[in-house]
Parts: sequence; structure tokens; C-alpha cells
Amino acid sequence: MKQSKRRFVRTLAGAAVIAAFSGAAFAQQTVKIGLLATLEGPFAAGGADGMRGAELAIKQKNGMAGGRKIELIKASSDAKPDVAVNATRKLVEQDKVDIMVGPLSGGEGIAVKEYSKTQPNITFINGSSGAQATTLVNPSSNFFRFNTEGAQWMVGLGKAALDKGYKRVMVIAEDYAFPYSQVQGFMSEYCRLGGKVPVKAWVPLGGKDYSSVIARIPKDVDALVVVLGGADAVNFLNQYEAAGGDKPMVGGSITVSQDILNYKGKRRDSLVGTIAGSPIADAYDAPEFKAFVADYQKNYPVSAGGYPSPSLFALVYYINMKAALDGLDAVKGDLSGGQAKYREALQNMTLKTPVGDVKLDSNRQAIGSTFVTEVVKDAQGNLYNKVLRKVDGIDQMLGMPKSEFQMGSRDVPNCP
Amino acid sequence: MSAAQWRKAMNSGAGRAAISGRPARGQTPVSVVQSGGLTPALAFVRLRHVLVLLALLAFPWLATPFITFQIGAQSLTLGLIALSLTFLGGYGGMISLAQMTVAGIAGYMVAIFGAAASSDASISLGWPWWLAVPVAIAIATLCAAFIGWLSVRTEGIYTIMITLAVGVAFYYLCLQNYSVFNGFQGFQRVQAPSVLGLNWRDPLPFYHLVLFWSLAGYFCVKYLLRAPFGIALQGIRDNPRRMNSLGYNVTAHRVAAYAVAGVMAAIGGVLLVWYNGLIGPGSVGTSWIINILVIAVLGGMRHPIGAFLGAIVFVLLQTFAIDLFDRERFNLVIGGVFLVIVLFSPDGLLGWWAGLQQRFSTMRPTGRTSHRGDSP
Repeated sequence: MKQSKRRFVRTLAGAAVIAAFSGAAFAQQTVKIGLLATLEGPFAAGGADGMRGAELAIKQKNGMAGGRKIELIKASSDAKPDVAVNATRKLVEQDKVDIMVGPLSGGEGIAVKEYSKTQPNITFINGSSGAQATTLVNPSSNFFRFNTEGAQWMVGLGKAALDKGYKRVMVIAEDYAFPYSQVQGFMSEYCRLGGKVPVKAWVPLGGKDYSSVIARIPKDVDALVVVLGGADAVNFLNQYEAAGGDKPMVGGSITVSQDILNYKGKRRDSLVGTIAGSPIADAYDAPEFKAFVADYQKNYPVSAGGYPSPSLFALVYYINMKAALDGLDAVKGDLSGGQAKYREALQNMTLKTPVGDVKLDSNRQAIGSTFVTEVVKDAQGNLYNKVLRKVDGIDQMLGMPKSEFQMGSRDVPNCP
Repeated sequence: MSAAQWRKAMNSGAGRAAISGRPARGQTPVSVVQSGGLTPALAFVRLRHVLVLLALLAFPWLATPFITFQIGAQSLTLGLIALSLTFLGGYGGMISLAQMTVAGIAGYMVAIFGAAASSDASISLGWPWWLAVPVAIAIATLCAAFIGWLSVRTEGIYTIMITLAVGVAFYYLCLQNYSVFNGFQGFQRVQAPSVLGLNWRDPLPFYHLVLFWSLAGYFCVKYLLRAPFGIALQGIRDNPRRMNSLGYNVTAHRVAAYAVAGVMAAIGGVLLVWYNGLIGPGSVGTSWIINILVIAVLGGMRHPIGAFLGAIVFVLLQTFAIDLFDRERFNLVIGGVFLVIVLFSPDGLLGWWAGLQQRFSTMRPTGRTSHRGDSP
């Protein structure tokens, strides 16, 4: 014990001397980056793809950033906040990582942000968690988020819905924070431009029976805003079809995913024309995005477990990991002084991402771009998401002054 | 024999030996009879007890804060909750899956009555900790007694079913109620208070706080098992009909056992919410309900220490399995170890230990077995 302590002190003294004499000494040391995603639980597939995205960012730099070698240490959670904090604590306190990237889901993000306040010498960068509160309520000075969140992803959709002639809509969404912010992102624009939302139906996550919701759909609405994920969306669509419903849909960011597009029911054709807001669009044709997709497909072919095209999680983890590495490049690997220079570099940098430039606001939250997409049929009869519009420079206040902005909830915003 | 006489008989040394002479006990029965005349408080203290206590007290000074907090404190907290299940299941014959629910109720109450952050700031009442914590434990204990009252008329698998149903119902209540439980997001920043100039959230003080309550729970169970109540409870476990005809109120004893276990689970729940610093539906969901059962079974239900042994193995695996094996398949290690332990020793780690002891003593001809053979 004593000996190891003495050795530790010596190592420290040695390190201080080396650091004092030459900046090149950093080249000798590796930078440890902790990576947290969900490899268990409901988002296990998304978490694995998130890890692929983060690894891709490191591979593209050949495992080096700022002249120092990158050592990646992974950890897993199951989308529960307490598990995420335990895993993060292990990475930070036991494995001694310098930079932490993660977690994946909203509740985890808030919990890890709270934990980051107890570790002022470590820099935390978000994975793909998208809760508004993470950077809006009690933000932490060492927690950075280079991805836009749920409400930002829906900007532009309100206008697109009005352009389609939907003057009154009903909202059907799951009853937790992420759909609240998605609905807020849609409604704040939609209501401002004169749209009306007479009914909002909040359904439990993982619900099976939508008959009571379907019965509540008013006759005089023009469309349904459906913010449901994966299986919930398919279940709703099946039951709505069985009930003889025919209103067009407006989708959330995770509603019109591939499993909806592969939907085989009679209403399949009526899906054509469904608009949605999302931070990623498969059909986006900017060269940076195409290069990113090609690189993903080369490194993670479908035969090796990758997706045919990178998922939202892969893209967002890629963006955040790239920010961590670009920041290291900017300070030439200098993490001294409680990582002060590194954080300054992160705060001031303009991050080049496959979907456009990202800057941070004063709460260390991304100001970035999002897409409005529309479902169309290709020559073979397959459905895919076409890019209708790309909206740039969206901040977390959704363009509102800070004094007017309220976080999304069941009742905010409201325009019956 | 009347109930009073039976009780008296059970309280005498011979009765105690008769009860504890069941195969579960290793060497205890002999010593119980021998030590019957000594000061009861010191009679059970042995060298190994002193050694374990010293090791537990010295541990945080040798380990890193991470090990102290995440391994030490978390194991003891989960162990305390699992202990309440061991008490109910091992000595009352009632496997209750609602122990995590009781702990969760206590945790939620601390968050609601005390100080916590949530999206709806008006929920937490902000009472001082010395008021919020006792109220939380009292409410959780009442709930535990109520769950007991609901489920005591059932046996075996039906008890498991009804307590599981209570647990899942509470999970959905937390998930969907926004006015009290704040729904999906639950409460953040539920932190241990600073008292006597110590921040009890720091690893060292928190570890000792948890250690104190774990030891209290452990010795409480040890004491209860030898008290008339515990003896009667074990009698009810072995033959409720006979105990009933002896004049014992079986239902009352069982409900009381649920309440006692509820106090332990509630204290564990308060410590757990302080450990995590947050509580939400995920903390009381089915996976944690099952985890508590896994911890209790893993350690072994034949002795109160099993809960803590199980918790240590569980926490170590949860924390470090990812370092041992392919990072995307580490759950295989966790599941595999659990399977091996349960497969080769139906009594968990304690069963292994007992088996080793037995093998050891049969290998040596001068061991305990031959000594016992001499005595008549």
C-alpha cells in the first residue's frame, strides 16, 4: 500500500516535470475516453449502433487525436438512470477516463449530468440523450451536448403541416418527457402560424389498445400528429385501419422508422405523404452525409451486424465523439489545468458534422440543423423518406426569447 | 400443550436447540446448549464475528472511494433489502416479491416529503430530513403490512403472484401518475443530508451509515429468530395448521413478519435512494424486483448473512463483468455465474460453504463428526 502510494507520488512528480518541459510529452500518453450506451434493455439495438457511430469517429482519425493515442473504454446500461450513473461512476472513478461520452436516453442524460457536477475535472459529452431539461434546468459546467434534442428535431414540421393544408390536428403521443418535447417542437411553430390542436391524447408507453383514443378522434380534424415509437406506432396504425380511419399522419422523429415503412396493411399507400421531423434523413444528398454513410457501410456491413444505413443513434454518437476528438485536436491533446483549455475549445468550436455545422449555446447545448421529411414511393414500390426541407441554426429556445420559453409538458404549449 | 407452555418450551435452551437443530444449521445447536447459561449478549460473539467486523470497518481505509461507495455501500444497501426477503422467505416461508416495492415506496416518500428536483417543482414538500425519513419509513411499513395482509392467506406460488402483482401495479402507478410520483422522470437530486458537519453523501460517511443499518438489520433478524415471535414464525412456516391448533394466530404472525421485513426494506430503500441520488419508475420495475430475489437466492436463504453475500457477488458481477468478457456479451457472464451457483448449490453460496465444511470435516477422521459420536 505504502509502496504503491510512494510510486504514485513519484509518477505524479515525474509527470509534472515532463509536462513542464515539453508539450511533446503528451504524445507519449494515451487519452482515455469512456463510452456509455445501452447494450441491454429496450434500446439495446440502438445502443449497439450508437457505439458503432462513436467507434467510426475514432477510426476515421486512426485512433489518434491531438497527437495522443485514444484508448476507448466501453460500458453499458439498460436505459435506467441509476444503472447509467453506476456505469459512469465506474468509468470515471475506477477506469480513470479523461473524457466521458454518453449516455443514450433522456432520463439517463439528466442523471449523468447531475453526477458530472461531482467530477469537475472530467469533461462529459452527451451520447444521444435528448431530454430538454439536461441542459435547460440546472445545467452542469462540464456537460456538453453537441446534438440537438427532441423539440429541436420537430422544428419546420409545423409549417410543413400548414403547407399541406392541415389547419386542425389531433396529437396522439406517449406520456413521457421525450414526446412532450417533440410535441412542443411541433406545436410552438404550428400554433404560432395559426394552426389549432383541439385534442391531445397521451397514451402509456408500450400500450396495446388504442380503441379509446381512436374513438376520441374528432371528425373535423385534418390530420393526426402521431408521436409513438416502434411497435406502438405499428399497433396504432393497425387498429386505426381496422376502425376505418382515413386521416393523414404527421410523424415524430422515431415514428416513421423503417418498420413503419415496411408496414404491409391496406393503409400502406395512405402512408405516402406522411411528413415528419428528424435529425437524420437517409435520402439527404449532401456529400458529407453520403461520405459518412459510405464509411459506416464499409466499416459495419450488414453481414457484420450493421444496419443498411446508419441509424439516428449512430449519427448522434458519431457527432458527439467527433466533437470530443476535434476538441483534443484543437488543444493538441492538452488536458492540463482541470481540462480548462479543452472545455474552452469545445465551447467555442464550430463542429463539422455530416448534417451541417453545430455550435454550442451558453448552456453547452447544440445549435444545429434538422430535416423535414416526407414518405414517398420509389420506382420499385418501396416507401422511403424524402427530404422536404433542411432547417439550420435551431437553438434550444426554438427561436423564442428566453423569458417566454417554457419546457414542454402535457399542457404546454396549448392552442385548442 | 397450551400455547403458553409451548412458548415457554420454545424459549428454553432445549427448545431453541430443537428448532435450530434442523439441517440448515451447521455447528450452532451444540454451542447454543452449551452457552445457555452464559451472558446471552456475549455468548454468540466469536472470533470470526470480531474479524468480520474489523474487516468491514477497516475496508474503506484500504479501498478507493469508488470501491467503498459503489461496491461496499451498494452491496450493503441491496443486502439490507434482500435481508428482508430472506427473513420473510427463509423463516416465514413467504416469498414476497414486493420487498423492492416497499423500498421504493420509502424512497419515493423521501423524495416527495424531503427535497428533490423534478420537472414539476411543486411536488416535493421540502421537509427536513429528520421529519421526512421517519415519515417515509412509517408509510412504507404500513404499506408492507397492508401487502402482507393482502397476501398472507395465499401459499407458495400464489404469494409470489400476488406480491408480484402489487409490485407491478406500483410500478405502473409511478409511471403514469404525474401529480404525486412525477411519472416517467421521477425525482432527481434526492441526496443524503449534511449532519454534524459531515456530508453523508461522501463515500466514507455514507459507507459507515449503510454499514450501521445493515448490521442493525442483521442483528435484529438474528435476535428475532431466537425470540418467541421468531420461533413461532418458524413454527408457522413448518406447519401452519398445527400452530393454529396450538392457539397461535397465524395470520397475525405473518402480517407482523411482513411489517418487520417492511421496516428493513424501508430503511434499505431510503439508503438506496440516497445512494442513487434519484428515483423513478425504473428503480421499482420488474427487473429490480427480480434482482432482489436473485440476490437473496444467490446468497442462500438459510442464514441472514446470505443476503449480504449474494449482494456482494451481484454488485461485483454487475460492475466488473464487462471487463472480463466481450463488452457486448457480458450479460452472458452474469447469467452464467448465477446459473452455475444455483445449479450446483440449490442453497446458494451458503449451501456451497456448508457443503465444503461438511466435506472438510468428513475428510479428517478427528473432525467434528467423530467428536460428536463420542459424546453419548
